[in-house]
Amino acid sequence: MSAAQPLVAMRGMSISFGGIRAVDDVSLDLHAGEVVGLLGHNGAGKSTFIKMLSGAYRPDAGEIRIDGRTVTIDSPRDARRHGIETIYQTLALADNLDAAANLFLGRELRTAWGTLDDVAMEAETRQVMARLNPHFVKFKEPVRALSGGQRQAVAIARAIHFNARILIMDEPTAALGPQETKQVADLILQLKREGIGIFLISHDIHDVFDLADRVAVMKNGKMVGTVPTRSVTKDQVLEMIILGTRPESQ
Amino acid sequence: MLAALVSIWVGVDILSGGAFLTPRNLWNLSVQTASVMVMATGMVLVIVARHIDLSVGSVLGVVGMVMGVTQTELLPRLMGYDSPFIWILALGAGVAVGAAIGLLHGVIIAYLGVPAFIVTLGGLLVWRGCAWWITSGRTVAPMDDAFRRMGGGVEGAIGSGWTWVVGGLAVAAIVWRAVHARRRRQQVGFAVRPVWAEVVVAGLACAAVLAIVLVANSYDLPPRVAERIAAARGLVVPPEGLSIAHGLAVPVLIAVGAGIVVTFLARRTRFGRYVFALGGNPEAAELSGVDTRRITVLVFVLMGVLCAVAAAISTARLNAATNAQGTLDELYVIAATVIGGTSLGGGLGTVAGAMLGALVMQSLQSGMVLMGLDTPLQNIVVGLVLVVAVWLDRLYRSRTLKGAA
Repeated sequence: MSAAQPLVAMRGMSISFGGIRAVDDVSLDLHAGEVVGLLGHNGAGKSTFIKMLSGAYRPDAGEIRIDGRTVTIDSPRDARRHGIETIYQTLALADNLDAAANLFLGRELRTAWGTLDDVAMEAETRQVMARLNPHFVKFKEPVRALSGGQRQAVAIARAIHFNARILIMDEPTAALGPQETKQVADLILQLKREGIGIFLISHDIHDVFDLADRVAVMKNGKMVGTVPTRSVTKDQVLEMIILGTRPESQ
Repeated sequence: MLAALVSIWVGVDILSGGAFLTPRNLWNLSVQTASVMVMATGMVLVIVARHIDLSVGSVLGVVGMVMGVTQTELLPRLMGYDSPFIWILALGAGVAVGAAIGLLHGVIIAYLGVPAFIVTLGGLLVWRGCAWWITSGRTVAPMDDAFRRMGGGVEGAIGSGWTWVVGGLAVAAIVWRAVHARRRRQQVGFAVRPVWAEVVVAGLACAAVLAIVLVANSYDLPPRVAERIAAARGLVVPPEGLSIAHGLAVPVLIAVGAGIVVTFLARRTRFGRYVFALGGNPEAAELSGVDTRRITVLVFVLMGVLCAVAAAISTARLNAATNAQGTLDELYVIAATVIGGTSLGGGLGTVAGAMLGALVMQSLQSGMVLMGLDTPLQNIVVGLVLVVAVWLDRLYRSRTLKGAA
């Protein structure tokens, strides 16, 4: 798997805000069907780094290659066109709209007249949600009225419904209970089997260690290193996060 | 909202000794409300998108002046006073100027990042100044005859026959919509309401249409005007006098048309969906690939166009363009929108609610005039009602939200 061409290759990514180098010369690969955990303290630069892939920030320097071809990602719309979907920590839902409107936001289904086809969108939403959360029934309510897990399900549904190849999940289980966390973990494994490449971003090693094939650790805007989870212990990864040095065996 | 309107109507009618709920007063009320209603439909989208427009009164003023000068001074020089194209060209010029002003506001707000409150507060002063400057403060009158129909009055009503036609079309549309929506939901296997519920809802809407038609058709033209029309059509005037009904007023039809168009934009198009998404969570809209700046500009362009339509109604009704026209209208429009349930926090609001809100405001005002209240007292009452209405709305909303969670 790792011998094949990577699905995503990010090389020498840098970005500054007001003279501060938030991300400094960071490189990272992701293969199809692989889960890569991106770890680091709050403020280590991991969210900023990944937002250059999801189109929210434009890098000052660096190169992104998808399937070996160099691409320019200037906006979330560009990212989506390359099959990159992001589930943000804040979920990025419009609280005043219902599940279907959120799921299709920016990609609405339309009738032959060019008007919104709300019935078709609700029908598709019912199908996706049946797979993610069979108990979900509040299709007519604004997502404001939903629980944390239900809102998360809507955000995930939005990301996977459009045949994403690359999925970015920023603290996907931060707001969830144990039951819902398990659901998300199962879903991640299922998506991995379908050949989707997944970035899991977290400041908590326990969220990602069991799910990830590799973990990449960032500190102070720099990449500390990338290690396969099979060959390291949690303590070694913790050392990388805290000290910012690679374990000696690597 | 409807309950508030009905209680105001009944209350004022009793207090004014039955002078309020007459065909004549209701007809006039509908005409007086039309211009604020038109602007309120646009204000809903502006406020839903988390902006505000304080300049609508001044924009109405300057656009009214442009339309006045176009039809009384510019066009007659080119095509004479009786050309049938004058009214449409004048209206077109006004709509173009309104759209341009909205475009300017929108670009400054969306691309230069100046808050809408400031841009339109500036606009309030600038456009009022421009309205004065066009004719150095001179009032422009009279308006073109065809143009005046947009303002209502004897010439600006469509008569009883056409009123029945409009009412019939409205009923047909209501029934068709109910049947169509139901069939579409059944096709994909969604739950539908029981038939009796659909019949009751559609029946109430049809009854409302019928009531409006009957009221409009029971307000007769003044006898002399009726005689003149009879003479023109070669009818014999019976000895007991002739009764010809006004029918619906043209400005009211324009306002309802604007309401339907803006509701359609808000509910059935991507543009409307994005306006609401932007108001609910601007960051989410941006991350979903919505071009939020373009949407903001379009909202203000639409507002400018609707100001121009309102200006046409207002100048046509007054049969003049004055530089003070539309003064304080921004406050009535915003008040109507907010009373109609649009949240100043953005993301929530309906066009129909705002139009009802406009009707509530105008009903209060006209009711107080009928009751003989002094102007300062009227202002006090309107101000209090605005605050109390929004407070009640908040109470109601917080209760229903808790019920839903």
